[in-house]
Amino acid sequence: MTDPSSPAPSTASNESWREWLLTAEPHSRNQARLGRAYVTWRRFSENRLAVTGLLIIVALVLVAIFADLLAPHSATVGDLAGARLLPPGSPGFLLGTDDQGRDILSRLLVGSRITLAVVALVAIIAAPVGLLIGTVSGFAGGYVDAVLMRVTDIFLAFPKLILALAFVAALGPGIENAVIAIALTSWPPYARLARAETLGVRNSDYIAAVHLMGASPARIVIRHIMPMCLSSLIVRVTLDMAGIILTAAGLGFLGLGAQPPLPEWGTMIASGRRFILDQWWVATMPGIAILIVSLGFNLLGDGLRDALDPRGAGR
Amino acid sequence: MFHSSAKQTAGLRRARGIMVNIGRFAVMLATTYLGLLAVTFFIGRVVPIDPVLAIVGDRAPASVVERVREEMGFNLPLWRQFVLYLQQALTGDFGTSVLTTNPVLEDIIRVFPATLELATVGTLIGAGLGVPLGVIAAVRRGSIADQIVRIVGLIGYSVPIFWLGLLSLLLFYAKLKWVAYPGRLDIAYEYTFTPITGLFLIDAAWTRQWDVLWDAFRHIILPGALLGYFSLAYISRMTRSFMLNELGQEYIVAARAKGLSERRIVWFHALRNAAVPLVTVIALSYAGLLEGSVLTETVFSWPGIGLYITNSLQNADMNAVLGGTIVIGSVFITINMLSDLLYRLLDPRTRAR
Repeated sequence: MTDPSSPAPSTASNESWREWLLTAEPHSRNQARLGRAYVTWRRFSENRLAVTGLLIIVALVLVAIFADLLAPHSATVGDLAGARLLPPGSPGFLLGTDDQGRDILSRLLVGSRITLAVVALVAIIAAPVGLLIGTVSGFAGGYVDAVLMRVTDIFLAFPKLILALAFVAALGPGIENAVIAIALTSWPPYARLARAETLGVRNSDYIAAVHLMGASPARIVIRHIMPMCLSSLIVRVTLDMAGIILTAAGLGFLGLGAQPPLPEWGTMIASGRRFILDQWWVATMPGIAILIVSLGFNLLGDGLRDALDPRGAGR
Repeated sequence: MFHSSAKQTAGLRRARGIMVNIGRFAVMLATTYLGLLAVTFFIGRVVPIDPVLAIVGDRAPASVVERVREEMGFNLPLWRQFVLYLQQALTGDFGTSVLTTNPVLEDIIRVFPATLELATVGTLIGAGLGVPLGVIAAVRRGSIADQIVRIVGLIGYSVPIFWLGLLSLLLFYAKLKWVAYPGRLDIAYEYTFTPITGLFLIDAAWTRQWDVLWDAFRHIILPGALLGYFSLAYISRMTRSFMLNELGQEYIVAARAKGLSERRIVWFHALRNAAVPLVTVIALSYAGLLEGSVLTETVFSWPGIGLYITNSLQNADMNAVLGGTIVIGSVFITINMLSDLLYRLLDPRTRAR
């Protein structure tokens, strides 16, 4: 963990660790990095709401990994004869069952995988695209910048949900197409952000130094500019994740996202809609799950922003 | 003499600045519309449904298919097809809806007022509550009130609107019977009431049919309040941020030193300076509600453009879907850009280029 050249703490007491982390004269790059991470973590963990958000997301990831072990019943095959539309609290069915006799809790647990997969895929597709377009645009300047930013602004001006709807309508309903549609409409803000960050550093001395040492433009952008954009990009992506979840659930609700019998939360709300007057729990439970998870992402994103960017703290 | 000519050149410079702004605005607007049409054109071409087969049916002989294909221009190179598409779209020709057999534009003109009315009510509620809440949160920063406004806003950002709509219908319509069932009017009125503008609240008040007005109100209040909540979440958050910014400025200190009352400083001096960006935010949230109405209208059977699009989606009626997308997209873009232009014109600080 520690660099051999750095004076490692002799005693394992907390005090010397902290001193080593917070030193003004780090002896190695790793020490400086760890120190900064420590400061950020300190600032982050002071914020109780942010820690709550982090816990929710960690819980979501754990549930998604161990869904098969946690789920008491099958998520897709129900007991039509004996367990149809049971209310919450019925023996063996904590959150009740739906019209197919399936345990709602099990479906929610397994459905967390779909939610997490959608969010992760959209982030993996949209964030690098935005990062690439933004940094290239900001670093190149001139015509390249003008054209790329005009395209970005055009996409930015589109209504996202409607466009995603039209895309899915054309490509056909399904979870993969929903992911593609959401990703296609969510990269522009990342490009704008990355460009702004790039403009902030492109004229700084270290870029000039790297340039003089003979680095190619591609190397400068990838190795020396992109890392500078990462922290604000991560914050923005985290804040957007709630919106991605809501859009995916909305597409599912309209029958355009994940198809039954997949336990996607939005689709579950749509199928519970018919029973809302008498069996309210069928539609209510998945909505609570969506609310908790997107609240978690919002809290985490707010906390990360405050911790990584002290200027905007409290806004 | 000298003084007046200096004033004149300053005025000229300012006029030229505004002209440049408007010119830039026109170019941006045009390219954005072009982009929107290019995207919908692209979507229309990647549809797996062959538009020719959709018209002639799959049992038509090959010669008929070929003839219709030529008539519809599908044998032309792609760029010619796009030019043709642009010409049609600019003249308002979005094709015919398979579902209603009407021209798509006619359908959209019929359903659009419903969406407009809903989004307007939502924005009025959202801005009417969101701005004061944001101001209070900023003035009492860190207090319980601030925390509550923050939590209310966070939940607004995190809750699925269609789910909240279903639950509120269950509570306020089915259980408490405070509001009317989904739709715009009771069935009894639906056939006797002839709309003028299509905005039922205004029509009913204009013709002095107070019972219809009350009925329309009972139908719109729940979906309107829901949309209002969503714009409240956004507007209150932005108001708080703008107000914090203003309250930290030196002119506030000066106003305090002059002995003005705190209420006057907050609501007149600070809010007035925050008003310019606020106008932009409210316009953006209005555009967002026009778009966000898709899900709300589905839940509340509100016969607006959102319901029209989703119904068409379920019947693979691509002309109607794309036509609706273009119309909502154009309105969205126009509001977006107008608010941006307004911001530039109103705020002198953005003029210094």
